[in-house]
Amino acid sequence: MCETCGCGDPEIVPIEVQERILSDNDAQAGHNRSHFEALGMLAINLMGSPGSGKTAVLEATAKVAGEHLKLGAVSGDLATDRDADRLNASGIVSATITTGSACHLDARLVHRALHDFPSDDRDIFFIENVGNLVCPAIYDLGQAANVVALSVTEGEDKPLKYPVMFQKADLVLLTKVDLIPHLDFDLAAVEDAVARVMPEAHMLKVSAKTGEGIDAWLQWLERLRPAPVEQSAAEHPHEHHHEHH
Amino acid sequence: MHEYSIVASLIDRVQQEADAHGGSRVYRLHVKIGELSGVEVELLKTAFDTFRERTICDGAELAIDMVAAAWACPSCKRAVARGAILRCDDCGRPARMLQGDEIILQRIEMEAPHV
Repeated sequence: MCETCGCGDPEIVPIEVQERILSDNDAQAGHNRSHFEALGMLAINLMGSPGSGKTAVLEATAKVAGEHLKLGAVSGDLATDRDADRLNASGIVSATITTGSACHLDARLVHRALHDFPSDDRDIFFIENVGNLVCPAIYDLGQAANVVALSVTEGEDKPLKYPVMFQKADLVLLTKVDLIPHLDFDLAAVEDAVARVMPEAHMLKVSAKTGEGIDAWLQWLERLRPAPVEQSAAEHPHEHHHEHH
Repeated sequence: MHEYSIVASLIDRVQQEADAHGGSRVYRLHVKIGELSGVEVELLKTAFDTFRERTICDGAELAIDMVAAAWACPSCKRAVARGAILRCDDCGRPARMLQGDEIILQRIEMEAPHV
């Protein structure tokens, strides 16, 4: 109540916050990031439409690099374990994050999956997001880089239609390029669209079917890999403010 | 439809502030949403209207400040128009976003004994 004159009006006070609404997610993502860094793992958030070829690219990656790189993955899936099953069969240690009706992964879901994950000595850890060109873009998961898979059958204008997703990308993988001879696909148009939404536009053409471009993709990943960590750092990965189960 | 999860985070944050300040009733929230934040304002309003019931935000108004996207060259500061190639015409450097990706809770107006 008003304490000045006793008029009975409640006192309405402005409380300044000026914080990101997703600050809790950001804090959790920071925690995941220190986890990945302490273990020397390169974490990649792989996003794209349903059917853009995310899982197929990872299978092709394992085929070429599975001998000399230890690969891990978690796959966000609304209802099934199919992607993780495919990745495990390709030699990538994988687990599913079942999201139910949620259209994206968030940092808390990834954190929980990390603690249940069967291995902590992976060189590269792929976070295969839920197939969706909208929602996943705004949630930091603790990744070192964002990669967007865009297939040649989706249309050249997708980057213009989904600018937020492409603006946050560090790399676009143009997938299924083996299909280009069968399509009226305009490569220059997609390059132009990407350059209008992505400041440091970088796109690699790949085909999981023929293996085209997978070496260039691996070189891109290799450049981002952290230096090997000291054993002592791996034993004491990061500060925790919560119980581990 | 991540707007629902954003509203859930927003209401949690308001509850924390209400607890910290002894607030009992929230009148208005001021949020800032960027054009390229990935948040659809109409969906955010619908989600807020649905989720505020029986929370600290029941009956509260959501005031949304929209922020247009703006890009500029990081070295020569030259503006780069939306929809243009995001590279400086003069020096060729990649443009940097100046504003337009905000998802920010700015201010809460609440009934509280003291601040």
